[in-house]
Amino acid sequence: MVAVIEAHGLVKKFGDVVALDGLDLVVPEGTVVGLLGPNGAGKTTAVRILTTLLKPDTGNATVAGFDVVRQPNKVRGVIGLTGQYAAVDEYLTGRENLRMFGDLYHLKASYVRERSLELLERFDLADAADRSLRTYSGGMRRRLDLAASLIAKPSILFLDEPTTGLDPRSRLGLWEVITDLVAEGTTVLLTTQYLEEADQLAEEIVVIDHGRVIAKGTSDTLKDDVGGDRIEVVLTDRGLLERAAALLAPVATGEIVTDHEEARVAVPVTGGSASLIDAIRRLDSEGIDIADVVLRRPTLDDVFLTLTGHVAEDES
Amino acid sequence: MSAAEKTAGSAPTRSRPIVGWGVHDGLVVARRNLIQTVRVPELLFFSLVQPVIFVLLFAFVFGGAIPIPGADPGSAPDTSVYRQYLMPGIFGQTVAFAAAASTVGLAEDMHRGLIDRFRSLPMSTGAVLFGRTFADAARQILVLIVLGITGYLVGWRINDGVFNATLAFILLLFFAYTVAWVGSWIGLYMPNPETANTAGLVWLFPLTFLSNAFVPITSMPDWLQPIAQWNPISSLVLATRDLFGNPTGIIGDAWPQQNPVLYTLISCAVLIAIFAPLSIRRYRRTTAR
Repeated sequence: MVAVIEAHGLVKKFGDVVALDGLDLVVPEGTVVGLLGPNGAGKTTAVRILTTLLKPDTGNATVAGFDVVRQPNKVRGVIGLTGQYAAVDEYLTGRENLRMFGDLYHLKASYVRERSLELLERFDLADAADRSLRTYSGGMRRRLDLAASLIAKPSILFLDEPTTGLDPRSRLGLWEVITDLVAEGTTVLLTTQYLEEADQLAEEIVVIDHGRVIAKGTSDTLKDDVGGDRIEVVLTDRGLLERAAALLAPVATGEIVTDHEEARVAVPVTGGSASLIDAIRRLDSEGIDIADVVLRRPTLDDVFLTLTGHVAEDES
Repeated sequence: MSAAEKTAGSAPTRSRPIVGWGVHDGLVVARRNLIQTVRVPELLFFSLVQPVIFVLLFAFVFGGAIPIPGADPGSAPDTSVYRQYLMPGIFGQTVAFAAAASTVGLAEDMHRGLIDRFRSLPMSTGAVLFGRTFADAARQILVLIVLGITGYLVGWRINDGVFNATLAFILLLFFAYTVAWVGSWIGLYMPNPETANTAGLVWLFPLTFLSNAFVPITSMPDWLQPIAQWNPISSLVLATRDLFGNPTGIIGDAWPQQNPVLYTLISCAVLIAIFAPLSIRRYRRTTAR
C-alpha cells in the first residue's frame, strides 16, 4: 500500500504550549485513519500542518508526495478540508457557495455547474440550493461544507471533527456520506474526540495525547491490548456476591472483581458467548438469582482510560 | 462507481490566464463580498444612517455656530456656506469608515473558519484581501450616491463641472480602498467579531475629527494644527472641496494643504505599500479562531 500522507517528528509550539511533540503519522492510500484524542491533544494542529495552514517548527510531512512546507499549492490542489466550523459563506446560497469554491480551485465553469448539482442532490440539499445559508440548519451547513471540500474531487480528504455539535441524526447522515466516499477510493484522515465515531469510520486508529502518538492499531487490536471480554453479573441479593464469585472462578481467566455497592461480579473471560452460557448455568444450578448479565467487549473509552489515565472528553 | 469517481482529483481545470490567477481569484472573492451587500440590505442601510445623521446634525444643529474664515460673506457664520463646506468633509469621513467594514468582515471570516478553507485552496495568496478591499471600496459608490443626494437636499452643490467632480469621487474611492487595507490588517489581529466591531471604529473617530472635515483647522489650538494639516483626511477633504468648487476657508501654509491632491495620492500609495504586504504576511499565518 502506498502512503499518501506521511509525517515524521512534527513539532509545533505556540509560546510555551507544546501542541505537537514529535508526531509521526502514516495514512495508506484509500483508507480511513482516525486521529483520536481529547481536546488540546494536538489533533487540529496536526491537520492544519498537513493542510498547509501552519508550518511545523521541526519535522516534515508529505501529502500525495508533495512537501507541505515547500510545495503548499501542490498539496492544496489535491486535498479537501472540512474543519470544525461550517466554513461556508453565510449570505450566499448553497449553489453560490459551491460555485465560489469551484472557481477558486480554478475548475471549468461547466464542470462546476454539473458537479454542484450532483453534490447538492447527493447531500440532500437540492431543494435548498438557491436559498441563503441563513435559512440552513446546522446539519445542512455541515453537509454543504463537506460538499464544498469535494467540489474538485480531491483524492485526499481531511475531516477535522466533522460531526462536533451535530444532533445524532445529522451525525449518522454524515457518517454514511463519509463511508460512501471511502468506498469510492478517497483517502481520509479524520480527527475526532468521539470514540464511537473512530470506531465506526476508521480502519486504523491513532490515539494521540499531549501532541504525540500513544497507541495505534485497529479498533479491535486496541481493545485487545487493554484486555479481553468480561462478563458482568448483577445479583438480586448482594449477600450472595462472594459465593457467586467462587462459583465463577473456573470460568475466569483473570482476577474476579466484586462490587458490593452495585451487587456486581465482573469476570474476565476468553470464550465469548460460550463462557457466558457456562457462567449462567453455574449460578442457576445453585439457585442464585440474576438481575442482569452482560458480556462486554472493552470500549475505546476503556482503551483511552487505560492509555492516558483520563477519559477522552476530559479537557485536560 | 463511475470511472471519473475512481480517479479522484481529476476535475477539469481552466487554463491559466496570461496575467496569472491573482485578478481572477480577487474578483471571485469580491463578487462574494458584494453579493453579501445585496443579501443583507440592513447592513448597507445602517452604514448609511450614520453619515446621513451627521449631515443633518451639522447642517441644522452645529453648522450655524461654526464660522468658516475666508468663506463667510459677512462677519457672522453663514449656514448655506457651511453646508457647502460640510459635504466634502462628510464624504471624506464616510469613505474612511470603509476600513471598519474590512476589519469586521475579516474577523467574521476567521471566526466562521472561512479563512482556513480559503487558505487550503490552491488560490492566489492575496486574493482574499484584494477581493475584500476592492469590494469594500466599491460599496462606497452606492454610499456616496445616497450621501450626494442627501447633500443636495440640504443645499450642497457641485460648482466646478462634471469632470472635476468625477475626479473628486475617484479620489474618495481610492482613499476608501487605501483605508480598507489598514482595516484588513487590523481585522486579521482580531480575536473575535465583537472586538472587531469596536476596534474597527475607535481609531477612525479621532482620525476623522482631527481634520478639516467639520471645522476649519485655523480654529484648533496651535499645537494641534500641524497634525490636522498633515492628516491625509484633511488633504482628501480639501482636495475634494477644490474639485467640487465648494468653499475651502483659509488654506494653511503646510505642504499637504498647498498640494492636497498630490499629498492625498502619495499618502494612499505609501499606506497601501505598507499595509498590503503587512496584511498579506499576516494572512499567510492566520488560522480560524
